[in-house]
Amino acid sequence: MMSDTPRTVYLDYAATTPVDPRVVEAMLPFFTERFGNPNSLYALGRDAYRALEAARESFAANIGAQPAEVIFTGAGTEGDNAAVFGIAHAGRARGKGNHIVVSAFEHHAVLEPVHRLEKEGFEVSVLKPREDGIIHPEDLAAVLRDETVLVTIMHANNELGTVQPVRELAALTHEKDGYFHTDAIQALGKVDWNAVDLGVDAASFSAHKIYGPKGVGALYLKRGTPFEPMLIGGGQESKKRSATQNVAGATALAKALELMIEERATENPRLEKLRDRVIDGILQMPNTALNGGRDVPRLPGTANLVIKGIEGESMLLQLDNKGIAVSTGSACSSGSLEPSHVLLSIGLAPEIAHGSIRVTVGRFTTGEDVEYLLEVLPPIVERLRAMSPVYAKMFGASS
Amino acid sequence: MLYSDKVMDHFNNPRNVGVIDDADGVGEVGNPVCGDVMKITIKVDDTDHITDLKFQTLGCGAAIATSSIVTEMAKGLSIQEAVAITKRQVAEELGGLPPAKMHCSVLATDGLKVAVDDYLKKHGREPIAGEILSENPDFDPHAEEEEAPVDTSANAEACHLHE
Repeated sequence: MMSDTPRTVYLDYAATTPVDPRVVEAMLPFFTERFGNPNSLYALGRDAYRALEAARESFAANIGAQPAEVIFTGAGTEGDNAAVFGIAHAGRARGKGNHIVVSAFEHHAVLEPVHRLEKEGFEVSVLKPREDGIIHPEDLAAVLRDETVLVTIMHANNELGTVQPVRELAALTHEKDGYFHTDAIQALGKVDWNAVDLGVDAASFSAHKIYGPKGVGALYLKRGTPFEPMLIGGGQESKKRSATQNVAGATALAKALELMIEERATENPRLEKLRDRVIDGILQMPNTALNGGRDVPRLPGTANLVIKGIEGESMLLQLDNKGIAVSTGSACSSGSLEPSHVLLSIGLAPEIAHGSIRVTVGRFTTGEDVEYLLEVLPPIVERLRAMSPVYAKMFGASS
Repeated sequence: MLYSDKVMDHFNNPRNVGVIDDADGVGEVGNPVCGDVMKITIKVDDTDHITDLKFQTLGCGAAIATSSIVTEMAKGLSIQEAVAITKRQVAEELGGLPPAKMHCSVLATDGLKVAVDDYLKKHGREPIAGEILSENPDFDPHAEEEEAPVDTSANAEACHLHE
């Protein structure tokens, strides 16, 4: 039974993660002692420079890239913006056409830059995933053109956790001499990620999804990829991202990825088991369904389901009362009138999408946490359904 | 976005939940496509005073809290007083609502208005509630917001029309 002690059960690892103490330890010296500017010539600066380049080498090696192909950024969103604007503008200037392909379920950090490029005169094809939450290569092939300058499709969807066939999608793009960018923010560290093997031209990453701090990320830019920088100034990061580098952040990002890779062989199966317990437990309630295919490639920690006949925000608040943190794709949770564009893109009706719940488990999630969620959730759902004037009408009386 | 303590109190402990079986008036407003539906049932005595109200709501925290408080605000009022309750009064009674949630209070006042008019119609009398804001095609639920994004997509348009 439920105890009276208040507890906190964090099940929103796709939103952000706590910084691993080992990562904190790695970055601490760069705040107070080794604080030099890596662009300064004296000893303190050289020390910071060496640390920055050590982080770059480690991170590059762990994504199958050359150090010169890694640009440290200030956020995942920055990497997405920089890649979309930078490649589209520079690619067009180099003589490629002005056609862009973007998937319908990209993060807004990609969708909004593409919308702006459309206003500038680029032509945009929006590619819908299928019901299974996957962008199928033949669907991309159908919209590619000789004028396609950029294709941007995320590696793992942040809401569904479905993993896209990036290698095939990139190869198809290259047949048309286009450039392929992937938002790999959710995929990093969780799937085997090798730039050469995947054949992508650009990829964006973020530290805070992999137990690193907020406010630091990286952009992989394959050598020779056309790129026009967003930040100009002192010419840092090979003139691709001017700004004094965040040495502590870069060190943390590199360390965080090292740990993800080191522990992946044991951690992924553990997370998959917890995730599947969440899915099976929620599916035991009537009128529930998994979003995205069950048998397609998926991230180990992400479960996204609909609980029909309820509104997600009220469920989220009730779970919060019990100390549980999850997320939902309901309109009310976002402040707009539309439920999640990701759920709509895979064909969910809006009235169904309002009742979605995303549970993401991670490094510090225990089996007990998951059982606590599964104990607390059904009475909440029952109560909300009982309070609804339309549940019985829409889904039958049984709750 | 933060809810006031009073919103959270009404959300966590909603007053007057349910359906009055022998109701004198019934109002149902909203649309599941938009994520919120409110049904309100009322009892009215022979002096046109509301003696009891119950509600059912499918919706977010603000939708449930505004439904709950409007049942408290309207109890004991004459039907004329009840239909005069404004969304602003509902929001103020709750200690304020986040800008993006102001439209939820419209749903609550509209549900009450429709229930009163339903009562009057059942007795062959003229409706008094006037415009049902959420049923007006030009109704902009975000009209009083200052910071919420304007969404012009198809579903959002449809959600201005609570049926």
